[in-house]
Amino acid sequence: MLHWLVEPGLWSNSAVHLGAAVGVVVAAVSAWVGLFTVLRAQSFAGHALADVAMAGGAGAGLLAWPALVGFVTGSLAGAGAMELIGVERLRQRDVATGVVLGAATGLSALFLYLVSLDSSSSGATQVILFGSLFSVSAHVLWLVLVACALLAVGVAAIGRPLLFSSVSPEAAGARGVRVARVSLSFTAVMAVTVGLSAIVLGAVLSTALLIGPPAAALRLGRGLRATGLAAAAFGTGAVLAGVVASYDSYYWWPSHRALPVSFCVVMVIVLELVVVSAVRALARRRGDG
Amino acid sequence: MSNIVEVIGVDVEMAGRLVLSDVDFHLEAGEFAGLIGSNGSGKTTLLRLMLGLLTPTRGEVRWPSDALAQRRVGYVPQKVNLDVDVPLRVRDFVALGEDGHRYGLRRRPRSTWQRVDDVLESVEGAALAERRIGALSGGELQRVLLAHALVSRPELLLLDEPLANLDPGATQDIVELLARVRDREGVAVLLSAHDINSLIGVMDRVVYIANAHVASGRTNEVVRPDVLSALYGHHVDVVRVHGRVLVVTGDANDEAWPSHPELVVE
Repeated sequence: MLHWLVEPGLWSNSAVHLGAAVGVVVAAVSAWVGLFTVLRAQSFAGHALADVAMAGGAGAGLLAWPALVGFVTGSLAGAGAMELIGVERLRQRDVATGVVLGAATGLSALFLYLVSLDSSSSGATQVILFGSLFSVSAHVLWLVLVACALLAVGVAAIGRPLLFSSVSPEAAGARGVRVARVSLSFTAVMAVTVGLSAIVLGAVLSTALLIGPPAAALRLGRGLRATGLAAAAFGTGAVLAGVVASYDSYYWWPSHRALPVSFCVVMVIVLELVVVSAVRALARRRGDG
Repeated sequence: MSNIVEVIGVDVEMAGRLVLSDVDFHLEAGEFAGLIGSNGSGKTTLLRLMLGLLTPTRGEVRWPSDALAQRRVGYVPQKVNLDVDVPLRVRDFVALGEDGHRYGLRRRPRSTWQRVDDVLESVEGAALAERRIGALSGGELQRVLLAHALVSRPELLLLDEPLANLDPGATQDIVELLARVRDREGVAVLLSAHDINSLIGVMDRVVYIANAHVASGRTNEVVRPDVLSALYGHHVDVVRVHGRVLVVTGDANDEAWPSHPELVVE
C-alpha cells in the first residue's frame, strides 16, 4: 500500500532526508513567526522581505558566497531599511515597505542578470528564485537548526509584549512596553525567517511558508497555542507532502522530469487553505441552519 | 483628597498646529471625571500626553504619587486591533493587562489567572471568559477592555471614547458599571466622550476641551454659557431640557468673546 503512495527509493535517498529535515524545521518556525506576521497585518512586509532576500541571494551568487548567507543578510538589510524609513508612523509602514520592495526588485534584476552572464553558475538563478531543497548540504542543516533554535527562543522571549503590542499598541505603550523596540525585534526575526524559508522554497515563494499555514490555522478558530501548533502542523505537513510528491513525480511521466519541490509544497499549502476554508464555510452554514 | 495627576500649563503643537494650549487641571484620587469635547478637539492627545506617549511642547504632567512610573494607570484606547480571527480568549487578553509588558519564558502563575477571573467577575464579564475576543459585541468588548485595564490594580483609569458606537442601553450599562467600579475599588476615572449627558449623573468633575483650551471644575460650574463662551471664543448657549444638557455653539464670526479668562473654575 505504502509503495503505491511513495516510490521505494525515497527511504534510502540521503539528499531527500536532508532536504526534508531542513524544510520541516524551517516550516515549524515559520509557522509561529508567520502567526504574528498575520496578526500584525505585516504580510506585505514579509513579501517585500522575500524580494530583498532574492537580491541578497543573487548578490551572494555573484560573490560566490553561500546562498543562505545572501538570503539572510539581504532580508535583514531590507528589514533595517523598512524600520528606518517607516518607524515613526504606523501608516508610513506600507510606504516604507513599497519603497524597499521597489529598490530590492531592481537590484535583484541587475544581480540575476549578472549571475546569468557567468557560464560557471548555470542553474544558480533557478536556485535563487525557486530553491533547490534536495541539494542542501549537511552543514546548511546545522546552520538552519541553530538559526531556528535562536529564532524560537527569541520569539518566545518577546512573545507577550509582541502579542500585546500587536493587539493594542497604545495600551501596550501605556503599560510600559517599548512598542518600537518590539516592532524592530520582530521585523528582524521575520527577516531571518524569510531568509531561511528562501533556502526551502526559493526567494520568490518563501513567504508561502510564512503566511499560508498560519492563515489556514487562524480559520480553525482556536486559541493562540492551538493555532500556532496547527500552523506548524500545516507547514511541516506541506513540506513533507511536497517533498514526497516532488520525488514521486519523477516516475509519473515517461520523460522522468520531476516537479520542483517548491511548487509541490506551495500547492499543498494552497490545498490546505482551500480545505480549511471550505470546512469552516460548511460549519457556519450548518450553524446558521 | 490628594491629587493623583496634575497637568500644568501644557501646550502641544503637532504639524505646526497648536492642539492644546495652556492646559491646566488636576484629578483627585477616587474621583470620576469626564473629558468632554467634540471629535478632533484634542481629547486623545491629552490622554496620550498624560500617559507619557507624547511630549508636551511646553508645561508638564506631574504624578504626585508616582502612579505612572509604577504602572498604576490603566488605559482603554479608542482602537484595538481585534479582527474576528484573532486567536485570543477573553481570559488571555485580560491577562495581558497584568503581564503583557514582561519579557521571558515564564509561565503565568495561578495567582494571575485568579486575578483575571476576579476582575472579570467585578465587571460582570465572567461568562465571557472563554469566548474569542474578536467575536464580542460592542458592549461586551468594553467590559473586557475595562477588565484588561483594571487587572493591574490601577489608581487611575483613562478611557478614550469607550461609549462611542454603543447603543443607549449599553452606554448606560457601561457608565453605571464604571461608577460601581470606582466606588468599590476606589480607582479614579477620566473618561473621554463627546456627549456629556450620559455622564452627568456620575461625574464629580468635568474637564471640558474646546478650541485647544480646557476648563475644569464641577459640572454646574463649567457647563455654563459664560465659561464655555470663553472657552470657544464666541457665544455659546447651554440649554437644559428634561435633565439633559445641550451645548449650542454659534458661528465663530457671530460675536466676539473675551478670550480665555480663568478656566479652572473651582
